[in-house]
Amino acid sequence: MKSLKLDYRQLPLLATFALFIMMYAFGSTRYTGFLSTQVFLNLFIDNAFLIIVAVGMTFVILSGGIDLSVGSVIALTSMVAASLVMNAQLSPWIVIPICLLVGSLIGLGQGCLIHFFNLQPFIVTLAGMFLARGLSYLISVETIAINNPFFDFMASSRIPLGDSFISISVVIALVVVVLAVFVGHYSKFGRNVYALGGNEQSAVLMGLPVGKTKIMIYVISGFCASLAGLVFTFYMLSGYGLHANGLELDAIAAVVIGGTLLTGGAGYVAGSVVGVLILGIIQTIIVFEGTLSSWWTKIAIGALLLLFIVFQRVIVIRSKVKKSSVT
Amino acid sequence: MAKSKLFWPIMVLVFILVFNLFFDPSFFTVEIRNGRFTGSLIDILNRGAPLMLISIGMTLVIATKGIDLGVGSVIAMSGAVGAMTVTGSPEGSLTPLFLAIVLALGVSVLTGVWNGVLVSRIGVQPIVATLILMVAGRGVAQLITNGQITTVYYEPYKFIGGGYLLMLPLSIFIVAFVFLIALYLTRKTSIGLFIESVGANPSASRLSGINSKNIILMVYMFSGLCAGIGGLILSSNVASADGNNAGLWYELDAILAVVIGGTSLMGGRFFLTGTIIGALIIQSLTTTIYSIGVPAETNLVVKAVVVLIVCLLQSPEFRNKVFGAFTRKGIKDTKDKGVTLS
Repeated sequence: MKSLKLDYRQLPLLATFALFIMMYAFGSTRYTGFLSTQVFLNLFIDNAFLIIVAVGMTFVILSGGIDLSVGSVIALTSMVAASLVMNAQLSPWIVIPICLLVGSLIGLGQGCLIHFFNLQPFIVTLAGMFLARGLSYLISVETIAINNPFFDFMASSRIPLGDSFISISVVIALVVVVLAVFVGHYSKFGRNVYALGGNEQSAVLMGLPVGKTKIMIYVISGFCASLAGLVFTFYMLSGYGLHANGLELDAIAAVVIGGTLLTGGAGYVAGSVVGVLILGIIQTIIVFEGTLSSWWTKIAIGALLLLFIVFQRVIVIRSKVKKSSVT
Repeated sequence: MAKSKLFWPIMVLVFILVFNLFFDPSFFTVEIRNGRFTGSLIDILNRGAPLMLISIGMTLVIATKGIDLGVGSVIAMSGAVGAMTVTGSPEGSLTPLFLAIVLALGVSVLTGVWNGVLVSRIGVQPIVATLILMVAGRGVAQLITNGQITTVYYEPYKFIGGGYLLMLPLSIFIVAFVFLIALYLTRKTSIGLFIESVGANPSASRLSGINSKNIILMVYMFSGLCAGIGGLILSSNVASADGNNAGLWYELDAILAVVIGGTSLMGGRFFLTGTIIGALIIQSLTTTIYSIGVPAETNLVVKAVVVLIVCLLQSPEFRNKVFGAFTRKGIKDTKDKGVTLS
């Protein structure tokens, strides 16, 4: 009867799924028009960039670290893209690789500082957050609107799916998710990330390439953030230094709600996607309700975050008790 | 002298101030105008008051190996509560003012209890526990102000942040008062020692009979209180409450001030005087950047570089790699080899 026993690691993910279904059912019964394919697909369209960021963040949190710089990297990417396309009149095919390189380089720098000098990820990425936002202000303080055929195409083209549609950004996000699931669960690198998050010292003793993995994790997070920045730029069609302010918190919340343990070592990439969808559905419910103001979103996210963190603690404590009673 | 933890922060502060002298020869002059002291130095002290207060609270939190990311939101909440209490009150009586102070500080201490219970009783990591308040707190602040920027027309309220006492801004006295109390409690009573031992090794200090849980709860409450006072000063300064922007980025500035002041993020020993100097460094840096005409946005880049340099200088690995060639080898080899993330 082993198959019926649930691993404690899967409990948060199951809770997340149940919550998502409950919220969706709640919305469907309460509001007319909530239960349509398009409303469901809009969750993906409006949160495509958040899905990408959350995927990168999942790796970081799985390894026991944290990346606070992602929101600023999105702003910086949107700024670089906007200024290169509009002011320097470069082709998007040159601009996009440059943007992705910027994010990856910031990630590389952070990873190196964290690994080589044993600095806390929290403080390094905090500095990265300042740096990226400062740099985007240095490019320009004003909003740069983008008016380019390629960006327009990416922003407005719709891929029909039955009688509803999705955007190209959703496709990009889903490709990222599939790749991340593969890397996270079926590659050597993924196993190393879990090992690192479980216990760094054990990982070192096992002879795993801890340093390389650690740096790579932050490069991936930086890359995901800049890709998300591009998707965000397609969505907003502008570059602005205040874009995505506070997004790092949404991403962390999505990962935690998605069932990844904040202490690292346990969690699923796909869970973070569900986490993002839950954040999205909160927003949708608040929009449908009409009378509630947008700041309720923040309070709801905070409350959910609290619920899941306490839930995680209880599970971890209970599993520890179980383990010690067995041995 | 150079061995003192305070030496380098003071040198940096002096350097920034002297640097200003080149651009503004009258930088150090303090004049009496309208019966008040005015001048750039007074200005730095006055404007830096909220940051100094919040950093004092943050120092104690960091000394217990914690962190309080919620202070920015607490500033917004406290300002919102204060401003909403006095809106529409009559000019003549002082009761609304005291009511506002009591309510605002009460709410702030409550947020501290919230953080403290999450960290000490439930055992959530400090970064995450206070993150909840950072996200939700701004929402609550906007709820209090109904999402609008509330303007205060009640004159006595403006006295907290803009008033003068003995020809000096009142806020300076508030900072001095809180600082001296914190200094007295931590240096003349055993609380300081308790805090340091909890930060250095929570389980060892529990075994030696210190109630670590209550110590942790207490420092978060104190941090909340400090942020609350800072929030009142800030909101009274501009005579309004803005749930969205009040106290934005303050948590980062406060952490920066603490780190510059020599307190390690790993917990343990803390330096309140260093923190004050760190906060003054940040404020002078901001003032300098404004006054010499560099775009204000550079501020963020400069702060990022400063915090990285300070952290690198504190890192034993960095010291070994860079300075190791010049000094006796292996002094610090055995230290801090553990896993960094707490």
